[in-house]
Amino acid sequence: MTEVLPPAAIFIIGGLLVPLIKGKWKSAYMLLIPVVGFINLINIPEGTHWVVEFMEYDLIFGKVDRLSLLFGYIFHLISFIAILYAIHVKDDVQNVAGLVYAGSALGVVFAGDLFSFFVFWEMLTVASIFLIWARRTKAAQGAGYRYLLVHAAGGLCLLAGIVLYVNQTGSIEFGYIGLNGLATLLIFLGFGLNCAWPLLHPWLTDAYPEATITGTVFLSAFTTKCAVYALARAFPGTEALIWIGAIMTAFPIFYAVIENNLRRVLSYSLINQVGFMVCGIGIGTQMAINGAVSHAVNDILFKALLFMSMGAVMYRNNNKINCTALGGLYRTMPLTCICCIIGAASISAVPLFSGFVSKSMVMSAAADGHMQIIWFILLFASVGVLEHAGIKIPFFAFFGHDSRLRPKEAPLHMLLAMGIAAFFCIFNGSFPSYLYSLLPYPVEYVPYTVPHVVGQTQLIFFAALAFILLTLSGMSPAEMRAVNVDADWFYRKGSGLFYRVMDISMNGLTRVADRVIVGELTGSICRISQRWPEVLCLGIMIPLWSITGVKGKELEGKIERTRVALQTHTSPIGISAAIATIFLVLIYLLM
Amino acid sequence: MKPENSEDKKYFFDKPASMKILAWSFLLSLVLLLALEFFIHKHTYFPSEEWPEFYCVFAFVGFVALVLSAKYILRPLVKRREDYYD
Repeated sequence: MTEVLPPAAIFIIGGLLVPLIKGKWKSAYMLLIPVVGFINLINIPEGTHWVVEFMEYDLIFGKVDRLSLLFGYIFHLISFIAILYAIHVKDDVQNVAGLVYAGSALGVVFAGDLFSFFVFWEMLTVASIFLIWARRTKAAQGAGYRYLLVHAAGGLCLLAGIVLYVNQTGSIEFGYIGLNGLATLLIFLGFGLNCAWPLLHPWLTDAYPEATITGTVFLSAFTTKCAVYALARAFPGTEALIWIGAIMTAFPIFYAVIENNLRRVLSYSLINQVGFMVCGIGIGTQMAINGAVSHAVNDILFKALLFMSMGAVMYRNNNKINCTALGGLYRTMPLTCICCIIGAASISAVPLFSGFVSKSMVMSAAADGHMQIIWFILLFASVGVLEHAGIKIPFFAFFGHDSRLRPKEAPLHMLLAMGIAAFFCIFNGSFPSYLYSLLPYPVEYVPYTVPHVVGQTQLIFFAALAFILLTLSGMSPAEMRAVNVDADWFYRKGSGLFYRVMDISMNGLTRVADRVIVGELTGSICRISQRWPEVLCLGIMIPLWSITGVKGKELEGKIERTRVALQTHTSPIGISAAIATIFLVLIYLLM
Repeated sequence: MKPENSEDKKYFFDKPASMKILAWSFLLSLVLLLALEFFIHKHTYFPSEEWPEFYCVFAFVGFVALVLSAKYILRPLVKRREDYYD
């Protein structure tokens, strides 16, 4: 065990050292980190490693089994691709954040206990936020703050769940948890927020399109897939996930149809794809889990490929990314266009491309479980994927109306990064046995049967026919510059309402307090406390003086002298003492 | 001479001939796919899958329903000016 390191350590320590390296060596050094990490990873045997005693618990930094290993492999591969794609970036904030982010994801995947899991889980948020802020625009800053607040809330929810859970079970081991009771529900929701469940999702579609060109490639790979891993580890077979997943596949496709920003279209598409994984985890059979995990692997690759191709378009077109501003770029960016089409074909599950061999496993698992409604929702969502990711992304960027933009082809390192991702998209789709051999359970599923290939091809071609007819007849929704409100409306507009409510209630309270307490109450207390000894004293003395026969001028003189004595605090001690005594007696009686 | 900057240069999809080839091969594929249905033995999970041309019809109808409902139902509900949140 001395020759291998925890996978997270290589990335996090390696990442933090990046600013110390200058010049051309920096690129080589950064590319070397995932390579060294991968060599390290394949030398780690399955089992439990790096157990550290902490208080009375065991922290485990290396729970290595088939599930965590597969996520480990793909996280290393995508890190290499994303670093290569970002090799031109001179901003060390992004370089460090990207590597620490990838390292945290590896920490999550190999954590064997809930404490270290939680720490890496939160590091994911902290590191990723810098990839958003590094864009250094006002929109990115705002989206980053919202991202931070939402994830902080999700993290607290998870932490509360973990504390309750550890308190109940006495164990901090991270394994199967299952949904029963408040503690597990809080953990479930904490995972769900990072997984972008419906209504908990807008952080993703808000922030990812605002991140830097290269940052979004990192972002698309890690946060949601870590949540998929966590659900597969802790909540496989939880029925609620079937429905949550099915809704996730279906609702974003409507938004994607009318969205103008192509990276936001891809963000909705990301939720849609994660929906297939969540659904598979919910079904929970061996085939379904295999399908969910293999689809996570393929999605990381093709979604990164699509984000990279859109990033290259932004990079060469002065950050333009809206449908309304782009079009016809195939003329001068043919290689980027081909890479984008390969990504689009993979996500659309075209035979021989990667989506075909993994998404269908989840659908077959749903069909095997006789879940007819779920199966139909997933099939409808597959048609939706064709619309927004399969056709819309390449069509509006590279074909469609000629924007008259004639940018240069993407730089070489970007093309190489896209090429590697494109290679694996085709390789996994055409030779699925290699991917299948790495899955958590033995695979009996055969993707390439004649009915499956024909059915899927029919689906694709007739969806394309519908697109062509809708476009030619002018019935496709026109692309327009607009904001489409989503569930984030509640906190983006709700925060304004909250501000106003607080303004009226709290500042109103302050004003009332100022007027009543400062303005009036204090003054009247002051006046009363000045006057009451006089009233009390004279109230007793005047009758006494009258009885003893003091009258007229003499009485007025006595009253005047007493008043002055009390106001100037020069009354005889006896009177003060008597007043104090009377005061105390009064208080005693009132109590 | 830099052809990529020339406004006059005809690219592949600008040429009517290549579009014609594409359109015909697409149409041919559609017909072929419709015909293939009758030569394969389907393994179906649900009765509706056995309907002739199920995937073709589902894809076409599903696609049109998706696009039109997004256009006529969702967009009027959620569309705001670009500076809505500013």
